[in-house]
Amino acid sequence: MTSKQRKTLCRIILAIILLAAGLLAGEGTTTGIILSLSSFALVGWDVLYKALRNIRKGQVFDEFFLMSIASIGAIAIQEYAEGAAVMAFYQLGEWFQGYATNRVRTSIGELMDIRPEYANVLQGEEIRQTDPYDVAIGDIILVKPGERIPLDGQVVEGRSLVDTAALTGESVPQELTVGDKAISGCINQTGTLKIKTSTTYDQSTVERILELVETAGAQKAKAEQFITKFAKFYTPIVVVLALLVVAVPPLVFNEDFSLWLYRALTFLVISCPCALVISIPMSFFGGIGGASRSGILIKGGNYLERLADVDIIAFDKTGTLTEGCFQVQRVHTEANTSSEDILFYAAAAEIDSLHPIADSLRQAYGKEIKRQDIVNIQEVTGQGITAQVRNHQVLVGSDRLLKDHHIDFTPVSEPGTIVYIALEGQYAGYILIADAVKKDAPVAIKQLRKLGIKKMVMLSGDKQEIANSVAKTIGLDGALAELLPADKVQGLNNLFSDVTPGKYLAYVGDGINDAPVLARADVGIAMGGIGSDAAIEAADVVLMTDEPHKLITAIKIAKKTKNICWQNIIFAIGIKVLVMILGAAGLASLWAAVFADVGVAMLAVLNAMRALYVQD
Amino acid sequence: MKKNIKLEGLDCAVCAGKMEEAIGKLDGVNSCKISYMTQRMLLEVVDECFDKVMLSAEKIIHDLEPDVIIKV
Repeated sequence: MTSKQRKTLCRIILAIILLAAGLLAGEGTTTGIILSLSSFALVGWDVLYKALRNIRKGQVFDEFFLMSIASIGAIAIQEYAEGAAVMAFYQLGEWFQGYATNRVRTSIGELMDIRPEYANVLQGEEIRQTDPYDVAIGDIILVKPGERIPLDGQVVEGRSLVDTAALTGESVPQELTVGDKAISGCINQTGTLKIKTSTTYDQSTVERILELVETAGAQKAKAEQFITKFAKFYTPIVVVLALLVVAVPPLVFNEDFSLWLYRALTFLVISCPCALVISIPMSFFGGIGGASRSGILIKGGNYLERLADVDIIAFDKTGTLTEGCFQVQRVHTEANTSSEDILFYAAAAEIDSLHPIADSLRQAYGKEIKRQDIVNIQEVTGQGITAQVRNHQVLVGSDRLLKDHHIDFTPVSEPGTIVYIALEGQYAGYILIADAVKKDAPVAIKQLRKLGIKKMVMLSGDKQEIANSVAKTIGLDGALAELLPADKVQGLNNLFSDVTPGKYLAYVGDGINDAPVLARADVGIAMGGIGSDAAIEAADVVLMTDEPHKLITAIKIAKKTKNICWQNIIFAIGIKVLVMILGAAGLASLWAAVFADVGVAMLAVLNAMRALYVQD
Repeated sequence: MKKNIKLEGLDCAVCAGKMEEAIGKLDGVNSCKISYMTQRMLLEVVDECFDKVMLSAEKIIHDLEPDVIIKV
């Protein structure tokens, strides 16, 4: 609480005590009137002042003016206590909204407190502490344990565990060692690191994320735009209704003027749309802030809103649903060879090859291979390798290679790359190499379906049979395969016709090569955004880590935020309309109106604050 | 050009809506978005109009909320 807020609160409480004392003294008594009026003066002077000031500036019919009229009107018809109450509780409501807004701003501010304050630049043997803005690309910076990494770069010396939680929501620290990419904003934990910077500060990950979250509020959701429009018309309409209530019955039907004036005043009490104007942006801001704590960056309220109503999701395959690297999936052996031997011969023959397939073979074998065991390596372009390993003639490669060497074997057809192996002219077995499906992908898809996603498909550049097999393993509805990057946009376009009206189409990719698709979708979601500038740039929503289940968290947050908004809109407008009906019928006193209005505002704000709290 | 301007002390959500509308209508302004929660104004202005726009915007903002501090 700021000191200004504390003072205002004291003033309001004092005014309410005076008001209560006035009521105890008796409403009609001189003491009662004096106490009520002093309560009014204490709590209302600044509202009256603002009303006058704004009228001079041409701002008529703002909340200050209307509240002033409502309370002075009540006093004029000798309802002193109610006049004071209108002002006191209006102020209390305003105070509460201000306080809550500050709370939300600060708690998101704390979440986003990832800005590094300084950088230690190494100059020869000397360490100089400077503003991160003054560090040039290629400078060597020193990050000690406990310090925040100030700029992106590559580790050139040291080894350490790094806490990435503030950026990714991931609580397990990441190990960094020489050659690894260090991301600004993370906290270095165990060892000292020397990092060669690769960006200037304003292009660094941390600054871009901050920039993104800070400008996210400006991309407004439809619900927010609706409320802004609503607020514009709501107050004038209520004022006109109040004028009609005070004018028509006494003039046309000769009714008692002060009775209808009193009823008209209940209208003015509820004339401020504050509860809505504050709570709706607050829910979206809270939702966006809460999401960023879980490592989900949402670039605006509009995207958060669409995310709640996603109907169809198209996924990129490689790197999104699969690990994006080739791995040995299975080793098949013929009668008298062990699978370890098969792997050894394959890895050994490929010892010098730079092909990714060779990498995955060596990785799967996992043990050291002695260079002197292998002689006579010959590469057959596009087909494979022949070599002499431990005095055995080895053939490793495609079916073509074996056929060309007249080796008898049964070709297999399985999704992925098949590497056949022959020893001494005899077929020995094959190794299936494929891109592995991410562990949490099938579960994530199942849960997405539970969240109401109607259709999920995959867009892939890979062969149809591989795409089909991956889609089947994961549980997708289908796969569009053999797409060039440009075809992906077309593939996505075809999906739009299946989207239920009022719902949206989302695309999930890794942000590399698929920027046009990300842009074309209603919601473009990039996965594994940490450290990838392209992804952060092109997408509407960035999942900092590359786990598909983050998508579930994101959609849950969006749905929750949207629910909160509509609860507040229906609740607040409903109560206001009810008060107007009861007020016009003479069934609601000013007391009831003011309590209803302040009550609605407080509940709406408390409800909005729920958006900030995210369960994973 | 795009400018991200901080409006410190922006405490009235209704006023923020009015500011946004009024500034959005100024000559040379392509778009004006004010976020009450982040207390920021995102302004897209034709380059040569910037100074003029800022003068008018300042008046609009201070007429509605005199205590706002504008930090360009």
